[in-house]
Amino acid sequence: MAYDSFTILKSTAVPLPIENVDTDQIIPARFLKATERKGFGDNLFRDWRYQSDNTPKADFVLNDPTYKGKILVGGKNFGSGSSREHAAWSIYDYGFRCVISSFFADIFRGNCLNIGVLPAQVSAAFLERIFAEVYANPDTELEVNLSEQTVTLLATGEKESFEINSYKKSNMMNGFDDIDYLLNIKTDIQEFEKSLPL
Amino acid sequence: MSKTLFDKVWDAHVVRKIEGGPDVLFIDRHLIHEVTSPVAFLGLKSRDIKVLYPERTFATADHNTPTINQHLPVEDPLSANQLRALEQNTAEYGIRHWGLGHYKNGIVHVIGPENGITQPGTTIVCGDSHTSTHGAFGAIAFGIGTSEVEMVLSTQCIMQPKPKKMRITINGKLGTGVLPKDVALFIISKLTTSGATGYFVEYAGTIFEQMSMEGRMTVCNLSIEMGARGGMIAPDQTTFDYIQGREYSPKGADWDKAMAYWKTLKTDAGATFDKELTFDGSEIEPMITYGTNPGMGIGITKDIPDADAVEGGKTTYEKSLGYMGFHEGEAMVGKKIDYVFLGSCTNGRIEDFRAFASLVKGKHKADDVTVWLVPGSHVVEQQIKEEGILDILTEAGFTLRQPGCSACLAMNDDKIPAGKYAVSTSNRNFEGRQGPGARTLLASPLVAAAAAVTGKVTDPRTLLQ
Repeated sequence: MAYDSFTILKSTAVPLPIENVDTDQIIPARFLKATERKGFGDNLFRDWRYQSDNTPKADFVLNDPTYKGKILVGGKNFGSGSSREHAAWSIYDYGFRCVISSFFADIFRGNCLNIGVLPAQVSAAFLERIFAEVYANPDTELEVNLSEQTVTLLATGEKESFEINSYKKSNMMNGFDDIDYLLNIKTDIQEFEKSLPL
Repeated sequence: MSKTLFDKVWDAHVVRKIEGGPDVLFIDRHLIHEVTSPVAFLGLKSRDIKVLYPERTFATADHNTPTINQHLPVEDPLSANQLRALEQNTAEYGIRHWGLGHYKNGIVHVIGPENGITQPGTTIVCGDSHTSTHGAFGAIAFGIGTSEVEMVLSTQCIMQPKPKKMRITINGKLGTGVLPKDVALFIISKLTTSGATGYFVEYAGTIFEQMSMEGRMTVCNLSIEMGARGGMIAPDQTTFDYIQGREYSPKGADWDKAMAYWKTLKTDAGATFDKELTFDGSEIEPMITYGTNPGMGIGITKDIPDADAVEGGKTTYEKSLGYMGFHEGEAMVGKKIDYVFLGSCTNGRIEDFRAFASLVKGKHKADDVTVWLVPGSHVVEQQIKEEGILDILTEAGFTLRQPGCSACLAMNDDKIPAGKYAVSTSNRNFEGRQGPGARTLLASPLVAAAAAVTGKVTDPRTLLQ
């Protein structure tokens, strides 16, 4: 499904300096029972965000009005574990459009790119700088520029670039998706299928 | 030019390469289940397109299904709705469906190999990260997201950059009581949960050559837990013997043709990897995890390490031990446990039940422990009965449940209560994975059996005759 195009995102950020945040934390399995892609943001980080009686946990960052914005900043190895795209959906549905970390798990990164959430990988040192700036001033803004492939701390001008392959970059900037591409080469795929040895 | 096993299979499936982008990869076999497929089918409907090759997709219900009273209607309305959606979608698009109650029903990564769907040299995907299991047959198999499930349904292709290659070689001999699960947990403890991210792994060396197909599946299954997309083992006579005669395996002249091809599927001498790691098999002990990711594992006789001795930040480590209710320097052996879970796509096959039974035979279940024994499929369940394993289990005070993913991810009612400790043969000890607040200790079927009869973490070697 085509999604909103992504060009430049300027926003405050929500810090989550925990390492190895797995997709079971992002959205626990018991909330994967929907047959439509709706309402997953309500259960984003469900068990870190709510007590078992559904009252919010005051010390979790999403319940702290100090921090808000369209950018989630996570610790190293963000999104490990299950392949559930629901994790990326819940991040998108909650309102985030970009996750910044110093390292992403493979399947999660791919899922994000497929649904219009930009996974921006920066160095461990720059990630520390972002955490420090956001904690020092929660209203500080970051700029994520997909065209230039940069993340900038606007208050200080500190900037770092991130990698993304040119195909995915173009898709995100235009809001295209892979299925459109694949459907356009269907004849080639059918020819290929006929040529398979077994 | 010398090629690795991975190169040979990958390159044979590239429909086209995109400049500065991913490869368009043809997928031979697609496995689907009730949880990650409904939104993909909605996508097909909204685009008004059909499934390109329905015969290349196989469906089962496993994640959500109850493991008792499967003959009754599913109580949870949301689970029932997902099962119904799978049934309707597969009927509408002409896809084989082995739903709840079907004699071929079971965990997706157990039934693929069992029915001969999993074959060397194929590409296999499923909306489930443990699809890496099928790499045991020399297939390229990995988990995908729902957007990709829709791509495979509509075009039989996905778009993936070719991963880097890593070879993990383990030679030597495994000690008594050391199972394939221990080998995998040992590797992950060395690499951490992100150590193989971006790589596809080939396992090589005598340890894997001497392993059964069930053991190889356990090892490849856990490849994702060190971040790898998948892992694979070159097919050999053990592989061919396992496949021959199964329902979807090639027959007659097709078998000979397939064998001629499969025998070429090995890494050429001189082929290079981006990373090579070597371990000594004799160093591996029965393993157990103490933390909240599968990389936090130690030999069962060892103490919980200090924060300084492990990779990663102190805050994360303290959060993890705090969740588990453990402290640095404590011994694992002797810790009281409340639940034991034998099952999952990692350890729900016949060999796992044989191992469990071998230890509990003539002993009795500890009174204060709840034990869930969940076969990976109806075929496994049947084997357990036919081989007399059920009699051993019954005599030792255990009962057998019905097939499904069960307490591995606790989507059904098989949830470990908050604060309780479970020795589990599954694959993830993440916070809340086996139920909100549940505390998971990952281990082999033998360590699970030792815990089931003693009620605490016990070195199985002290109980084996």
